[in-house]
Parts: sequence; C-alpha cells; structure tokens
Amino acid sequence: MSLASARSGTSRPLLRLSLSSRQSEALTGILMASPWILGFIIFIAGPMLVSLYLSFTRWDLFTEPRWIGLRNYEQLFLRDAKFLLSLKVTTIYAFVSVPLQVSLGLVLANLLNQKIRLLGFFRTVYYLPSVIGGIAVAVMFRWIFGTQFGLINGMLSTIGIQGPSWLGDPDLVLVSFVLMSMWGAGASMLIYLGALQGIPTELYEAADVDGAGNLARFLRITVPMMTPVIFFNMIMGIITALQEFVLPFIMTRGGPANSSTFLVLYLYRNAFELFKMGYASAIAWIIFIYIMVLTVFIIRSSSMWVYYEGSLKGR
Amino acid sequence: MAEGVARLPAQGSDTQWPEQAKRLSIYLVLLAGAVVVFIPFAWTLSTALKAPDRLAEFPPRWIPDPIVWGNFPEAVTIKPFGRWFLNTLFVVGVATTGTIMSASLVAFSFARLRWPGRNLLFLVLLATMMLPDQVTLIPTFVLFRHLGWVNTYLPLIAPPFFARNAFFVFLLRQFFMTIPLDLDDAARMDGASFFQIYLRIMLPMSKPALAVAAIMFSQFKWKEFLAPLIYLNKQEMFTVSLGLRTFIGESWGTEWHLMMAANIIFMIPLILIFFFAQKYFIQGVVITGVKG
Repeated sequence: MSLASARSGTSRPLLRLSLSSRQSEALTGILMASPWILGFIIFIAGPMLVSLYLSFTRWDLFTEPRWIGLRNYEQLFLRDAKFLLSLKVTTIYAFVSVPLQVSLGLVLANLLNQKIRLLGFFRTVYYLPSVIGGIAVAVMFRWIFGTQFGLINGMLSTIGIQGPSWLGDPDLVLVSFVLMSMWGAGASMLIYLGALQGIPTELYEAADVDGAGNLARFLRITVPMMTPVIFFNMIMGIITALQEFVLPFIMTRGGPANSSTFLVLYLYRNAFELFKMGYASAIAWIIFIYIMVLTVFIIRSSSMWVYYEGSLKGR
Repeated sequence: MAEGVARLPAQGSDTQWPEQAKRLSIYLVLLAGAVVVFIPFAWTLSTALKAPDRLAEFPPRWIPDPIVWGNFPEAVTIKPFGRWFLNTLFVVGVATTGTIMSASLVAFSFARLRWPGRNLLFLVLLATMMLPDQVTLIPTFVLFRHLGWVNTYLPLIAPPFFARNAFFVFLLRQFFMTIPLDLDDAARMDGASFFQIYLRIMLPMSKPALAVAAIMFSQFKWKEFLAPLIYLNKQEMFTVSLGLRTFIGESWGTEWHLMMAANIIFMIPLILIFFFAQKYFIQGVVITGVKG
C-alpha cells in the first residue's frame, strides 16, 4: 500500500489515473454486488414492506386486509401469555445451546487438527448429525426420546432406572432439545477445521524459528486467526436457534403446555393454522427486531476481539 | 512438577511418555464422542431392519431378529421415491451452482472493493441474514403465484442466483478478509482487473471455503421443506424431504421401521456429497498467505 501511494505521489498523470481508477473500482464493486442488490429488492425489501404493512392489519388471506394500527402488537405484549412464554423458552434455548455448541465444536476441531490416525473417520462421524439434520433428526429423536419405547429410557430401565418423560415434561423438554442440539455440534466443527487449516503455515514456521512453544503458538496464532470464524459461528448459531422451527414442530408440536412453542412455531400456527396473517406478521417483525438488536450488539463488541488479516481499516 | 522434569538433562526420553499419554487421551476422547454420535444412527438402522411387531421390544435389541431387509424396498415403493430423488438432485444442483456463483462474486465486492454505500449495504446484508424467512414468506408467495411459478421449481432455484441466502455471502466474505491484501495489490500493479483478481486469485485460494459453502448450502437445500411444502402441491413433484414427511403419521400412524428406512435413504446422498468434497479438507492445508 505504501508503495502504491508513493507511486501515485511521483507524478501528476499517475495521480489522475488513480482518481479514475477509484471510480472504476466503485463501478465494478456495485456491478459485482448487483445480483444481491437486485435479489434484495425483489425477494427481501419488497416483501418485508408488505409484511410490515400486514402487521398493522387483520387479514385472513381471503378477504381484504383491514387496518387496525398497533393492536396486534398490544395484544402480543400485553395479553398474549403464550407469546411471552414462547419468547422466554426460545431465548433460553438459544443462549444455552449456542455457547455449548461453539465450545464443543472448537474443542473437536482442535483435537481433529492434530496429526492423528483415522482423521477422516472421526471427521465423518462428527459431521454425520448435521448431514441428516432437520426433519430426519427430529423424527429420529422423537423415537429415541420416547417415554415408553424410546431407546434412552429402554437403556435406563435395563439398569433399573425409570426414565423421565423427556419430551412430555415441561421442565425437561428444553433440556432434551439442548442435548439434541449438542449432538449436532459437528457442523460448526467443520468450519473451525477449515479455518484452522486456512491459517498460513508460514506463521507457524516463523513461530518455530522464534522458538515459540505449543501454548504460545495456540494463543498468539491460532486463536487470533480463528476469531473471525468464532464470531461468525456465534452470530449464526444464535440467529438459527432463535428461528428453530422443525424440531419442536415435529417432535412436540410445541408441547407440553406450550413449553416448547418456539417463536417461529407460534408464528407458523397463527399464519397457517389460524390464518391470522396480520398477527403472524407482527410476530415475524418482533422476531426480526429482537435478532437485529442482539446482532448489532455482538458486532459492536466484535472490534474488541475479532482480528482480520486483510482488514481494510489500514487503507 | 512438570517443569522440574523438563529441566532434567535427559529431556528427550522423558517428554516422550507424556506425548504418548496425551495422544492416547485424545484418541479416547474422540472415540467416546464418536460412539455418542453413532448410537442414534445405529438405532435408526436397527429400527429400519425390524419387523413392525418387534419395534417395542424390551430390553432394546440392537440386532433385529428377524432382519427385515424388505423394509427398504417397501419404503421406496409405497411412495414415488425415485422421482422425489431426481427432483431433489435437480433442485439442489441448480440452486447450489447459483449460490456459489452469486455469493462469491458479491462477497468479493464487499471484501475487497471500495464503493459508495458499501458499508451501509453490508449492514443491510447482515440484517437480511437475521431476517426470519417467515417475514418474507407470505408476500413472496403472493409474488410467485402472480408469476405463475407455483408448482414449478422456479421458487426453489431462482432466488439462489440472486444470492438470496446472504449467509453464504457473509461466510465467503469473512474468508476473503483473511487473505492478505498484498496479493491484490501485487496483481493490480501487474495490471490485473478486479474480475481477474476475483477469478484468478480469490477463487483458487478459497477452494476450501467454497467447498464448505457448497456442502452447507446443498445440505440446507436437500433438507429444506417449508418452501417445497408451500410451492409444490403435486406428489410427483415433491422433494425427498417433503416426501419423508408423508411417513409421519398423526400421533398413532407412524410406521417407524419404514420411516427409518426412508431416513437412511434420505441421508445417503448427503454423505456421498460430503465424501466427494472431503478431499478439499484432507489435502486441504489451505494455501493462503503470500507465496515467495
């Protein structure tokens, strides 16, 4: 960079070239980003505005939407206990399961990044849960968590313990979901492993030349180089967890006593079972604002601990 | 204590034993984890091979008696499974291509090029990632119906070409940010255009990240069921995940042995995709950094 600026400083024509190249850079940049910009307008911004409008209406999908102002939101926050419960259980689930998943994924990735035999075998096995994910996992664990014929309780009773009702106990159902989410921690492990292998070996070679030990290598090279990826996974994990739908939908249908009615499931019920499109749109907007506030908070804090090799800040 | 040992003159022979112990404990931890991960799969396979009247046996029996291989042909013949399979292959293939093409290009623009409004739009992009799909679901459905796209695959394969899933733009952008700027600057000095830098430097250096993105997206697409559910009404047009759902009975009727057999068939292509892309990770000490 210093070389480039030194160059442009040498003579006037070069300076003028650098100005016009700045304009062409801007043009190219917008052009390259245009697929997303177009997609954003067509598939996101437009529909969002429509759903924002709908959140101020009562609409059953068949008649004309009727404007009711803020009444959907008032109803949700002041009188809808089911909604407040779903806000609570979703928050607990996200903030317990995601940090556990991230930590487990990191540990696994670091263990797998050593020169060990059977690396491919372990990597494949740990990745398998996220391979089948979604509905398939939900159905599988509904079978495994079964109170009477489930595998877990079956195993427990062979050693004389009568297993609990994993999915039928309001106090236990979230624990079951967290346990199940830990089973899928291999997905983030794959990304951590990719990032670990993406760390330039030159850095480690330089550290070896300087005589750095294992711990110093880990703390001074591995961790700083991993922070963008940890950052990414933390954000995505929380966003994904707050939007969990398939697991409660398939496994518990939100029960018992709405103790696993996650936000998006509650939204879905209102939209596609009760046809309260306006009310459901209001829930969607609350979920969105909740997630946005949280993420802005995480991003704001990221400059304190995230390190980027190719950061544009210096430019 | 450990420090004291390390200071002894016969350092080499002493550190060998802890090294082996460390290695062994790593293997034990990894093995225990693998067993935990494997049990539900083993149980799924076991269930898939059981006769219907043996599903509720106590204590749980791992090796079914009798072993009913016929569950597999039964599961795929009582439903149009072959057609579902081809449908899904088509949708996943086209959508993944679209996502990788558009997301990498857009990610490059956000990571490397300076243009007015970039930082603002990147915040917008982040926000779209956090946007619950349900917020756009109903209006998008109205749009696609207006275009006559219901009961076609277009609602499933067109949006990826517009980087509709900002997740992957973000993933690739984060990866591009870790590639040193010196490479770009050097290429610029040699007169390379931005598109050439994207094509000749960024993409080749990002193969592992692109592979990760392709794996994650195809996996997501294979399992996607809300969009197929909304847009595909004819049974012969179903994707496998949507079809899989037809095995689930309301409270009583689930035939677990067939469900689990279908489950196994459902995940085989995903495992194959992973095996194919795995070479990027096995070979994959990434060649980032400035080459001499």
